[in-house]
Amino acid sequence: MFAYAVKRLLLAIPTLIVSTFVIFLICASFMNPTSFLFGHGQPPPPRVVAFERHKYWLDQALLPRYWHWITGIVVHGRWGPSDQGFNIGHEIFSRLWVTSRLVIAAMVIAAVLAVIVGVISAVKQYSITDYTLSFAGFLFLSLPAFWLAILLKEAGIHLNTSFGHQVFDTIGEQGFGSGAGSFSDILSHLILPTITLALISFASWSRFNRGSMLEVLNSDYIRLARAKGLRNRTVMVRHALRTALIPMITVMALDIAAIFGSAVVTETVYQWHGMGDFLLTSIQKQDQFAVLAWLLVAGFIVILFNLLADLLYAWLDPRIRYD
Amino acid sequence: MTDPFPTRGMKPSLEEAPTQDRAPIEREFTVEERSQARQIVRRFMHHKLAVASAVVLILLFILAFVGGHFWRYNYQEFTNDLSQSPSWKHPFGTDSNGVDTFAAVLRGTQRSLEIALFVAIVSTAIGSIYGAIAGFYRGALDTVMMRVVDLFLTFPIIAIAAVLGDKYGAKAQGWLFIAIIIAALTWPYVSRIMRGVVLSLREKEFVEAARALGASDRRIIFRHLIPNAAGPIIVTVTVLVATAILTETALSFIGFGVQFPDTSLGLLVTNAQTAVDTRPWLFYFPGLFIILIVLSINFIGDGLRDAFDPTQTRVRA
Repeated sequence: MFAYAVKRLLLAIPTLIVSTFVIFLICASFMNPTSFLFGHGQPPPPRVVAFERHKYWLDQALLPRYWHWITGIVVHGRWGPSDQGFNIGHEIFSRLWVTSRLVIAAMVIAAVLAVIVGVISAVKQYSITDYTLSFAGFLFLSLPAFWLAILLKEAGIHLNTSFGHQVFDTIGEQGFGSGAGSFSDILSHLILPTITLALISFASWSRFNRGSMLEVLNSDYIRLARAKGLRNRTVMVRHALRTALIPMITVMALDIAAIFGSAVVTETVYQWHGMGDFLLTSIQKQDQFAVLAWLLVAGFIVILFNLLADLLYAWLDPRIRYD
Repeated sequence: MTDPFPTRGMKPSLEEAPTQDRAPIEREFTVEERSQARQIVRRFMHHKLAVASAVVLILLFILAFVGGHFWRYNYQEFTNDLSQSPSWKHPFGTDSNGVDTFAAVLRGTQRSLEIALFVAIVSTAIGSIYGAIAGFYRGALDTVMMRVVDLFLTFPIIAIAAVLGDKYGAKAQGWLFIAIIIAALTWPYVSRIMRGVVLSLREKEFVEAARALGASDRRIIFRHLIPNAAGPIIVTVTVLVATAILTETALSFIGFGVQFPDTSLGLLVTNAQTAVDTRPWLFYFPGLFIILIVLSINFIGDGLRDAFDPTQTRVRA
């Protein structure tokens, strides 16, 4: 197990290094931080262009620039120049804190919901309950995240009006003024976006859980467990669910990239100053190093989750032997 | 033709129709021979929702690609009816420029379906060949190829598509560029599934038999492995296509997808997000069409899953 963990970790490192190079290549070829100089009628003076090009390291060749960028982050903790007036490193981690609140809360709720719905659907297969839950699952699977977000936001505003006071906050990740940043303030801003993201994400997991639960319930050892007279509850929880949950871990970990994507859209609707806003603004401003930082952080998180999922899987499933 | 056992379960592709003119075999009881393709179609037909969804999807195709030419308004036409609520004249109402929402929704549906088709064809082709090669040859080649797949899967599709789409989304044929990006970022999912299936298929007797008969690697991959993996691949692709449509709408929403003067369902919803209360028809109709398309594709996928893999469908008592 330990050898496997080390091997898996060593495999993740080259993946991370290559992915940094690929995102650098994509950003270098598709983004131009000096583009704002052009397109205003007369061409800018050559000195200004040279200055701006030097500022964004464009006077260096691609490989030295990549080396400069990656060593800057790893060795000096410098994330490169930005024209948005902030230190990219500080900014992205404060944004990450905001977004991870949303993503973690939504993932936890979605996972719990998925397990409950999946188990009920599998146990009551082909009943009215199963059909209803399955249909609801498919419906949420087919909803565009932003459409549901806008709908819930409108519903929140209507509820606020009918209650006569602010129950749900629909704008921003926290309020302004005295109460800003307190636990209850953050929580009331968190509710609607979390519901949105959780509903969008749980459906595919609950479908998966239903499938793996059915597969387990069809297996011989469950029949044996029943035959030796175990209570239904024990069979379900101790024998079936525990086995069925193991493959769920991989699916959930692999979905983290997609959830990050949906979080970008959800945050846009609720006007959060999180990772989503950071990415979109940076792309619009062609702020190359800010976009690079975003992709690097997101890629790192995804690779980390995949690694954790592999290790958890190996640890939880005694049938899997690695050498 | 004297083989007492009809060849069941070995006919891989959907195209191969069962041979009807074969002489009936004398038996104590009559057994109707069914090819695998026909069994799959039969099982699919049992899934009522999937069949209904297939019908809905075909109707949407006809409506979007044919109906648009016969509808009395064009999606770029400014009529004099500004911000009208739905009526006989404008069944889905009009926006503040007088554009008929029904015409715009038809155009958007067309765009969504085009992207869906493109992604389905391109991702499936690239992903299955790539995955089959990796799974067939195994070893170092497989390791390297699967690392590349892992690499693709680390990028959130929306982020990469936004970076790339910012440069090209605005141009004419913008939808094609978006479709290419989505296909380029989704084929690794297909190749992962394909590799897994091929890894187990390559050890089966029929592959050994093909090899014993002197079949080349290419023939084994294209004639034996890929057709036999059709089931899981088709199911994966339906999920991918649903994701592709949602990705396009999300990209249009954050401003990096299809751009004016062209239109898409995502763009229509985006433009209507401030009008949910005042002119709800602008928000709900394009949204409902997105849901209708994606929901029917998802149900078709579910029906196909049941049809290709009937082992999962019933709990033993």
